[in-house]
Amino acid sequence: MKLNLRVWRQKNAETDGAMASYELDGISPDMSFLEMLDTLNEELIVSGEEPVAFDHDCREGICGACSLVINGDAHGPERTTTCQLHMRSFQDGDTIDIEPWRASAFPVIKDLVVDRTAFDRVIQAGGFITAPTGAAPEAHATPVPKPDADLAFEHAECIGCGACVAACPNGAAMLFTSAKVNHLNVLPQGAPERETRVLDMVAQMDEEGFGGCTLAGECATACPKGIPLMSITSMNKEWLRATRKSKR
Amino acid sequence: MTSHSTYAQYTVGEPVKDTQAPEGPVSERWDTRRFQAKLVNPANRRKHKVIVVGTGLAGGAAGATLAEQGYHVIQFCFQDSPRRAHSIAAQGGINAAKNYRNDGDSIHRLFYDTVKGGDFRARESNVHRLAQISVEIIDQCVAQGVPFAREYGGLLDTRSFGGVQVSRTFYARGQTGQQLLLGAYQALSRQIASGGVEMHARTEMLDLIMVDGRARGIVARDLVTGKIDTYFADAVVLASGGYGNVFYLSTNAMNSNATAIWRAHRRGAYFANPCFTQIHPTCIPRSGDHQSKLTLMSESLRNDGRIWVPKAKGDNRPAAEIPEEERDYYLERIYPSFGNLVPRDIASRAAKNVCDEGRGVGPGGQGVYLDFADAIKRMGRKAVEAKYGNLFDMYARITAENPYETPMRIYPAIHYTMGGLWVDYDLQTSIPGLFAVGEANFSDHGANRLGASALMQGLADGYFVLPSTINDYLARNPHKDEVDDTHPASVAVVNETKDRLAKLLAVDGDRTPDSFHREIGELVWEFCGMARTDEGLRKALDRIPQIREEFWARIKVPGSGEEFNQSLEKANRVVDYLELAELMCLDALHRSESCGGHFREESQTPDGEAARKDEEFSYAAAWEFTETGASPVLHKEQLTFEYVHPTQRSYA
Amino acid sequence: MARSFWDSTVGKKIVMGVTGLIMIGYLVVHMMGNAKIFFGADDFNEYGHWLRVVGEPFLHRMWGLWIARVVLLTSVILHAVCAYQLSRRDIKARPQKYVHKKARMSYATRTMRWGGVILGLFIVWHILDLTTGTVHPDGFEDGKPYQNVVDTFSTWYGNVIYIVAMLAMGMHVRHGFWSAAQTIGVGSRTRERVLKATANGLALILTVGFISVPVAVMTGVVS
Repeated sequence: MKLNLRVWRQKNAETDGAMASYELDGISPDMSFLEMLDTLNEELIVSGEEPVAFDHDCREGICGACSLVINGDAHGPERTTTCQLHMRSFQDGDTIDIEPWRASAFPVIKDLVVDRTAFDRVIQAGGFITAPTGAAPEAHATPVPKPDADLAFEHAECIGCGACVAACPNGAAMLFTSAKVNHLNVLPQGAPERETRVLDMVAQMDEEGFGGCTLAGECATACPKGIPLMSITSMNKEWLRATRKSKR
Repeated sequence: MTSHSTYAQYTVGEPVKDTQAPEGPVSERWDTRRFQAKLVNPANRRKHKVIVVGTGLAGGAAGATLAEQGYHVIQFCFQDSPRRAHSIAAQGGINAAKNYRNDGDSIHRLFYDTVKGGDFRARESNVHRLAQISVEIIDQCVAQGVPFAREYGGLLDTRSFGGVQVSRTFYARGQTGQQLLLGAYQALSRQIASGGVEMHARTEMLDLIMVDGRARGIVARDLVTGKIDTYFADAVVLASGGYGNVFYLSTNAMNSNATAIWRAHRRGAYFANPCFTQIHPTCIPRSGDHQSKLTLMSESLRNDGRIWVPKAKGDNRPAAEIPEEERDYYLERIYPSFGNLVPRDIASRAAKNVCDEGRGVGPGGQGVYLDFADAIKRMGRKAVEAKYGNLFDMYARITAENPYETPMRIYPAIHYTMGGLWVDYDLQTSIPGLFAVGEANFSDHGANRLGASALMQGLADGYFVLPSTINDYLARNPHKDEVDDTHPASVAVVNETKDRLAKLLAVDGDRTPDSFHREIGELVWEFCGMARTDEGLRKALDRIPQIREEFWARIKVPGSGEEFNQSLEKANRVVDYLELAELMCLDALHRSESCGGHFREESQTPDGEAARKDEEFSYAAAWEFTETGASPVLHKEQLTFEYVHPTQRSYA
Repeated sequence: MARSFWDSTVGKKIVMGVTGLIMIGYLVVHMMGNAKIFFGADDFNEYGHWLRVVGEPFLHRMWGLWIARVVLLTSVILHAVCAYQLSRRDIKARPQKYVHKKARMSYATRTMRWGGVILGLFIVWHILDLTTGTVHPDGFEDGKPYQNVVDTFSTWYGNVIYIVAMLAMGMHVRHGFWSAAQTIGVGSRTRERVLKATANGLALILTVGFISVPVAVMTGVVS
C-alpha cells in the first residue's frame, strides 16, 4: 500500500505545531497502525530526520498509552485502540490525517504525545477505596451480588486512554470520571467513601480544566472499551445523592 | 574485540547463601523471620526515604504499602502514568490457596505445585511463603474493590488453570492483571495524594548510586525534558519487571526494558538464572518483518482446540483443503494421555520442531493450526462463542481471519522471565540496601512459572514481603550521613550516564536502534530460545560482541538529549540488551541440563523430555559482573529440598 | 454546599436540566391553551382573561400569572446564565480544533447553543409582540388576544420568525428533554427507549401544536 500521511509535528509544548506530509510506500495491510508509524520512523531516522513521537506501550489494547486521532476519529475508524487498528482498514492511496488528543487539560508534549496526568489527579482526589495493606477482612465476608460485580467490572474496564476527552466537543472528562466513580461506588467495599469520592473527583475534574458534559455522546462512541454513555447518568445521580447527603 | 572463548571462560567464585531464611519447619519460617526482623519506630519512619522503581503489581503495591507504614517513598515509572505498567496486560488470573471449592487445595499443595512446576530450581522457603501469603492477597484486593468474577450467590468464582487439578485461580474475565493493577494503582494514588509517595512518571532510572558499598540512590532521566537528575534514599527497590524484551519479539510491552536491573547488575548485584525464560505456546504468529510485538491468547484455548500441521512438508493448501488423513495432530500423537494440554514448554517445543521440519503454516511457515472445528461440531458454535468469544474476536481483529471458519494459527513467544536479580529471603540483592521485587527478581518460580502465579508473586512481594523485610534493613542500618549530588560517588555515576547518552548521540551512524534490537532479538531467539545447544550458544556468544561493536559504530540517534527523544530512550535500552543477551547465552551454555523453560537438546530423555541433572545443577546460578564483554564470576546457591523431593516430569 | 453546587459543571448542568424541564412543562400548558384559538375568538379571549384571574380568590387578581412569570423568568435566566458559563468553559477546554473535521453528533445536539440563543431572542420578541404589544404590527389591543394573534400571523415576518423559532424549539426540546433526564440521573438502561421516545414525541407534538396556529391563520381557518 502507498499512503499519504499528514502528521501533526510540534517540537514541544512551547512551540506551535503544524501538519507535515509524508509519503509512505510498501505498507502491508497486515501491519498495525503503529507498525506503519514505526516504518515511517525508521525511514525518518535513517534520513536524519527526527522520528514522529507518539505514546504506545503494550500494543495489545489494554495499557491505554496509544492516543492518536486518525482522520478526525479518536483511535481511528474502528472501535478499538490505535494499537489494535490495522492498515487493512484503509485503502491504497489514502490520505491519513494523524493528530494528537486535543484538550486544554491534555497539553501536547511533543508531536502526538500529550500529557494526561490530569487523569491521575482525578484518581488521586478519591478514585480509591481506603484499605490499608493487611487490614482487609476475609474476602468472603461481604458477598457482592453478581450483577453488581459485573457492573463494577464493566466500568473498571476503562483503560484511561483519554479518547473520551479527545472526542468530546467540549473536552470533557465525564466518561472517564464516571467509569471510575461507578466502578467503586456500586461495590459494598466502596460504600463508606461513596459520597466524598464522587464529589471530590468531580471537583478535581473541573479543577483540571475539562469542559462540561452536553451529552453529545461522542465519548461513548470513541471509547475502545465500550463504556456506555449511561455511565455519566449514573454518576450524575451519585453526585446529586452525595450533594444531598454531604455533611460538608 | 573480545572473543567468546574468553567470555565463556567464567570463573567460579564463592558460593552464595541465603542467610535470611530462618531454620525450622518451612511453614513457620515466615512468622519467625517477621518476628526476628527489627522494626523502625513509627515516628521515625517518615525520616526514612525509600526509592521504588516501577509501578506494576510489585512496585505499585510496595510503594503504597511503604507509604502507609509511614516511609517517604520516591517512586518512578517511565510510562506517563503508574497505571500503565505492563502487569496490566496479564489475562488469566491469580492463584491463591483459599480452598473455597473444598477440592483439596491447601497452602502446602500450592507450595508443592509451585516447587514441582518450577522443576526444582526454586527455594523452598520462598515458595512456601508465597503460598501462605496468596490467601491474604485475595482479601486485600477484594477490599480495594477489585471486581473479581463472582457466582450468583455473591461469592468469588475460581477456575482451574495451567493444568493443576484444583480450582484456585481467581480472575476478572480475561483482564485480571488490569484489575489487580488498578487496585494497586489506586492505593498508590491515595498515597500520592496524601504526600506519602512522591511520584515521578515519565522518568527512567538509568543507573544506581552506591555509597560505601550500599545502594543510596539512582540516576534518572526525565523523559519529557531530558534532564538527568539524582535521587537519594536509605534503600532502593527495583520493581522494573523482566527482561523478555531482549528477544525483540515478545509479549512484553514495547517499552518494558532491562536497564534498571542490568545497571544494578553492573554495579554489583548478582544476576541469577538469566537463561530461565518462559515461552507461551498460544500466541498469534508474526505476520511479517514489520511485526513489532506478539500478542498472547489465553492458554485456555487448548482445552477445546486441536493443534495440527500438515503431514507433508511445504503443503501450502488452505487448511480446509487438507483432508483429515493428511493432518498431523502431533501433540495427540506424541503425548496420547495429555494431548493438547501438555505443559507450556512441551507444547512450545513441539511446535518449533514441526516448523523446523518445514511443516509450519502461515507466513514464513512459523505457525501451527489450533482448530476448533471439532469443538464447534461437538458443543455448537454458540457454546464455543460463549467460552472463547472475546479471544476469537481478538484473533480476528489482528489477523482478519475468522477462527470459526478457518483454524487459528498460533506460535510460541517469550512472555516471562523467571531469572532476574539474585535476592535473599528478604528480597535483598547482593548489594546491601538494594531490593528487587516481582519479575525483576529470580526468587520464586525456579526454572518455570506456573500459570496465574506471576500476579501472585508480584503482589506478595509488594504488599507483604518487602514491607516487612525492608524494616529490618532500615532499622539495622541507620545511615550516618545524608548524601547529595555533590558526593563523589554520585558525580561519577551521573557523568558516566551523561557520557553514555552523549556517545549514543554522537555516533551519528546509519542504523536505527530498532534494527539492532531486532538483530540481537533474532539471534537470541534462534540460539537461546525454545531449544538450546552448546554449538548454537557458542555461535551466539561469538556474534554478540560483533553486534555490540557494530552498534557503537553505526547507531543513529536523531535529536538531542535535552528533549523528549524516544530514539535515545530506545538506543540506551538496546545497549543493555546487547550485554544482557551475552549473559543469558553464557548461563544457558553453562547449564548443560534441561529444566523447565531451559531446554538443552543434549539433555533429554529418550522420549524427548527435558532431563534434569540434579547432581550437577541443583543450584541457582548467580552471576557477578566484571566488565563489559569480560567473563563474569559464577556464584552458586545450592538448593536443598526437604519437603518436595525432585522427580522427573512425565507427560507421555 | 450551595456554592460548590453552583461551581460544579455537574451542578450547573443540573440547574439547566431542572429549569429546562420547568420550561417544557410550561410549553405543554401554553400549547394546550393556544389550541383554544380553534374554538373561536370568544373562547380564546375568555381563556386569556382567565389567566389573569387564575387562583382567585385564594390569590389576588394577576398574582397567579405573576407567580408563573417570576418562575419562568428565573428559569430562563438561570438556564441562560448556566448555558453561557458552561459554553465558555467548554470552548476554553477545547481551544484547538482538529484539522481533520468531522460532524457526527445529531443535528439537535449540535444546535443546542445557537438554538438556545434563537429561542432567547424569540422570547423577547414574543413578549414585546403579544404581551406588551410594543412591537405589535397593527394596533395592539389589551384583552383581545385573538385579534392580536391574527394580526401577528397576518404579516410574513411574524410567520417566519415564529415558525423558525418553533422548529428550533422542537430540536432544543428533543435533545434537551432527554439530556435533562440524564443530567438529573433518572435515565437508565431500561428507561432509555422510553426517554428517547418521549423526547421525540414531546418535540414533535410541541412543534406541530405551536406551528398549527400561524398555519391556521395563513390558511384562513382562524381569522
